[in-house]
Amino acid sequence: MKITVNGNGLEIQDEVKHIKGLIDFLELEDKPLIIEHNQQILQKEEHEKAVLENGDKVEIVHFVGGG
Amino acid sequence: METNRYHRQILFAPIGEAGQEKLIRSHVLIVGAGALGSSSAEALTRAGVGQLTIIDRDYVEESNLQRQQLFSEADMKQKMPKAVAAKQRLSEVNSHVKIDAIVGDAEIDILREIVPETDLIIDATDNFETRLLLNDIAQKYQKPWIYGAVVASYGVTFTVLPDKTPCLQCLQEYIPANGATCDSVGIIQPVVQKVVSQQITEALKLLTGNEAALSGKLISFDLWKNEHTEMEAEALRKPDCPSCSSKRSYPNLAYDSRLKTAVLCGRNTVQLRPQRKQTDLDEVAKELKKNKQIKLFENPYLLSFEVDSFRIVLFQDGRTLVHGTMDSIEAKNIYHRYLG
Repeated sequence: MKITVNGNGLEIQDEVKHIKGLIDFLELEDKPLIIEHNQQILQKEEHEKAVLENGDKVEIVHFVGGG
Repeated sequence: METNRYHRQILFAPIGEAGQEKLIRSHVLIVGAGALGSSSAEALTRAGVGQLTIIDRDYVEESNLQRQQLFSEADMKQKMPKAVAAKQRLSEVNSHVKIDAIVGDAEIDILREIVPETDLIIDATDNFETRLLLNDIAQKYQKPWIYGAVVASYGVTFTVLPDKTPCLQCLQEYIPANGATCDSVGIIQPVVQKVVSQQITEALKLLTGNEAALSGKLISFDLWKNEHTEMEAEALRKPDCPSCSSKRSYPNLAYDSRLKTAVLCGRNTVQLRPQRKQTDLDEVAKELKKNKQIKLFENPYLLSFEVDSFRIVLFQDGRTLVHGTMDSIEAKNIYHRYLG
């Protein structure tokens, strides 16, 4: 299926079923992430319940410290 | 007002004459004079804010010159404190702006004096300890502050407005654990400019009475990966936040008076901040000169010397940087051996 992540199109395998799967697929599991799924900010415990569908929009933000 | 100087900015309708007058009457605090701080300070100086206060604890080194736009090779050779070098350059750019340079840590006592006098705080720090302190002091005195941070080709920014947006403490669970912010992955200069563009545009809106034009969003981007994200942050507000809710207690303003150590981001350096404040650098230099092994450098703001594989830099306010280690205990040992 095709989704949009941070404004760019991304083709993902069917094994990636939910937001948690997407985080693992993108190898971002070590970072504390703020995730918006179709304009809805998710709590961490919702990552496994948020099922991905074709055309979904996902925004991922993480904080950094450098200045 | 020198109308010609700010002519193009005044022509920009949302600012106009009235906005420029407001800018000239504004006082902005910039915390940090590294990459973000240099760029922000230059932008605000050129725009014609009335007064700028710049706090920075560091001095200019060669590896800063790639992105810290206010500094020159001469500043690097003279190991100039960044706040002082910034003030010199900014005064050449616009002599009408009153610039206060503070060489030191942005710690509670200093902030308590300055923040009530300012209209806005720009975050240009490199660590979350200071940002959380800024967050609470800004909440306490009801001042807006603009978070900005960069690493590699990635940047993130958010404008915190008292009582109107979530604060940094609300977002605490998303702050990376100690050290993770210092990935040694480098940085490219354009990402600094992009974060500062966002921060300063927000600053201009706030200072010229254009609050309605503020973004209100958490903005992040990766210039190399061509990514741009904007997120409505309201959902992240914590109704029981200890810094911005009605039950506030400002946890980040609690005092801690021990010898404080901080490992500096990706620098192989530990900072030590002792209780005692002013230090007579000449006295210390006299003592150190007795040891013929020690190679000493002095300017009016700091002294620097090398021993074994370490370089130690002592500032007038007593702060000491130990370069060549990331181990706080080792740094303390060296400090006590040479500086008592």
